[in-house]
Amino acid sequence: MQSQKAEKRKIKNPTEDKILYFVVYTILFLFTLCVLYPIIFIISASFSDGQEVQLGHVLLLPVKPTLAGYRAVFSHKNVLIGFRNTFFYTFAGTAINVAVTLLCAYPLSRRDMPFKGFFMFLFVFTMFFGGGLIPTYLLVNSLHMVNTVWALLIPGAMSVYNMIITRTFFMNSVPVELLEASQIDGCSDARYFISVLLPLSQAVISVISLYYAVGHWNSYFSALIYIRRSELQPLQLILRNILLATRVSLNEFEDPDLLEGKIGLEYLLKYALIVVSSAPIIALYPFVQKFFMKGVMLGSVKG
Amino acid sequence: MTGKATLATRKKTSVWKLARRRWQLYLFMVIPVTWLIIFHYVPMVGVQIAFRNFMPRKGIWGSDWVGLTHFKTFFNSFYFARTVGNTVRLSLYYLLANFPLSITFALMLNIVVNKKLKKAFQTITYMPHFISTVVLVGMLTQILNPVTGLYGNLYRRFIADTYPADILSRATPFVHLYVWSGIWQNLGWNTIIYMAALSGVDPELHEAAEIDGATRLKRVIHIDLPVLLPTASIMLILNSGSIMSVGFEKAYLMQNSVNAVYSEIIATYVYKTGLGGTTNQLSYAAAVGLFNNVINGILLLIVNGVSGKLSGGQNSLF
Repeated sequence: MQSQKAEKRKIKNPTEDKILYFVVYTILFLFTLCVLYPIIFIISASFSDGQEVQLGHVLLLPVKPTLAGYRAVFSHKNVLIGFRNTFFYTFAGTAINVAVTLLCAYPLSRRDMPFKGFFMFLFVFTMFFGGGLIPTYLLVNSLHMVNTVWALLIPGAMSVYNMIITRTFFMNSVPVELLEASQIDGCSDARYFISVLLPLSQAVISVISLYYAVGHWNSYFSALIYIRRSELQPLQLILRNILLATRVSLNEFEDPDLLEGKIGLEYLLKYALIVVSSAPIIALYPFVQKFFMKGVMLGSVKG
Repeated sequence: MTGKATLATRKKTSVWKLARRRWQLYLFMVIPVTWLIIFHYVPMVGVQIAFRNFMPRKGIWGSDWVGLTHFKTFFNSFYFARTVGNTVRLSLYYLLANFPLSITFALMLNIVVNKKLKKAFQTITYMPHFISTVVLVGMLTQILNPVTGLYGNLYRRFIADTYPADILSRATPFVHLYVWSGIWQNLGWNTIIYMAALSGVDPELHEAAEIDGATRLKRVIHIDLPVLLPTASIMLILNSGSIMSVGFEKAYLMQNSVNAVYSEIIATYVYKTGLGGTTNQLSYAAAVGLFNNVINGILLLIVNGVSGKLSGGQNSLF
């Protein structure tokens, strides 16, 4: 009887539920489409004929597919310099970031370190207050770092937020018994860090490496302030100069054939640039998605 | 009395002894702390140029004191109302649009039964989060170009046979473009924290409600939504702490002489007056920046205290 009643009620629900499901799926589908469409359009446009793009014939799929845009991107001198520099800044910067973050997070994660609270306060205080843009610029300037690669590597050597994520991981995800056991075996604090803690912390190291790497790849502000020499400029700064310029100067190309009778080449160049500059991150994205989500969650738990 | 004193001294010596025994840990801290002092605390000392008339020749310590002159100039200039107003407008608008939408989006995603479909929705909507600001603004200018962009083409094809108005070079659309491109980029990503809270719901709760005849909508209202409320209130409080700190990059990249009425925020104003021009008023820009930083700091402290109290110390940094 009881179960029959439940059955009856259960059968009664679906019509209302079906409407809800229909509405929810439709909205989700439409929003996803809104996110996807501009991306697909840009990719299609980058592979299309320049004139067709300019005339507005490209709506979803490439029209008269060519690789002219990409040829233009890869023969543009500044773009190549930008790529080379950004690769360097991303690798070197991330290596420095991760090293400094780990060095800092380890002692602060140790419950038996005296004055830990004082050091922690020194770091956390900077999340609430800072000197600001101008004093920082004057400092970097007086250290003679302006117009050198160091300006993009050293002032941002660590993010306190990522350090706290790492510290939280060390405190919550590595059993304290390991420390006690290794101390009984006569393991020093440095040895414990290298031989026990680091091998167990691959998850958090991947999370913060990816955070830092994406940050470097997409970073633009520091270069805007500190780097004026064009041979040191990262990709994002060069992108800005090309993407947001009303007219692209076409004498930056090393391949003169490109310029002959190519109407709409500058549009193609812009679309292809958007694709090429985002491709490395978007290509990695499916693999790194879960790490990033883990990072969001790690960051929301207090140690 | 004497017992207490010896206990205290013994404790004191033991702290120092312990510190000496842990010397390797302090060695680890040498590089991070040196870096912190140079790149975070030295600029805090350098912020005194806001109260001086900075001359590069005389240096920070040698320039003349002028007291609050620069602050008074800023408060009396028409840029004060404009930059503060624009900063607050952009962040409040974004917060009010983003907050309810991201909760709704998370609740909707949570309704999806088919795991693969749910994963597809998530993967696609999280993706724009990784696009750089430069590329995002580049996409905007390309797509919204009234003559050659997608916007212009669609308009001519479906609405009228003329070119549409150039929304990029007008002042009012800037605010909407700024906020809604932000929603486009981050709405999916912002649901992660809510999705995590929703995944903690006991499935038995749903089963029991289902047996009692609750529709899926009723279960959303009476089970899912209450689960989200603590997370949501903390997110709201934390986000309102950054109302005066709108990021420099996007506003600066989208800025032109026409939309500056709405796009000149404190951060872009500090950059332009301090570093971006031909005659740089470093002390004045530092004063404007300091004003903003102090307000941000106070807001963050308040917000941190409130959310710490609400969550019993769980979501507070101190």
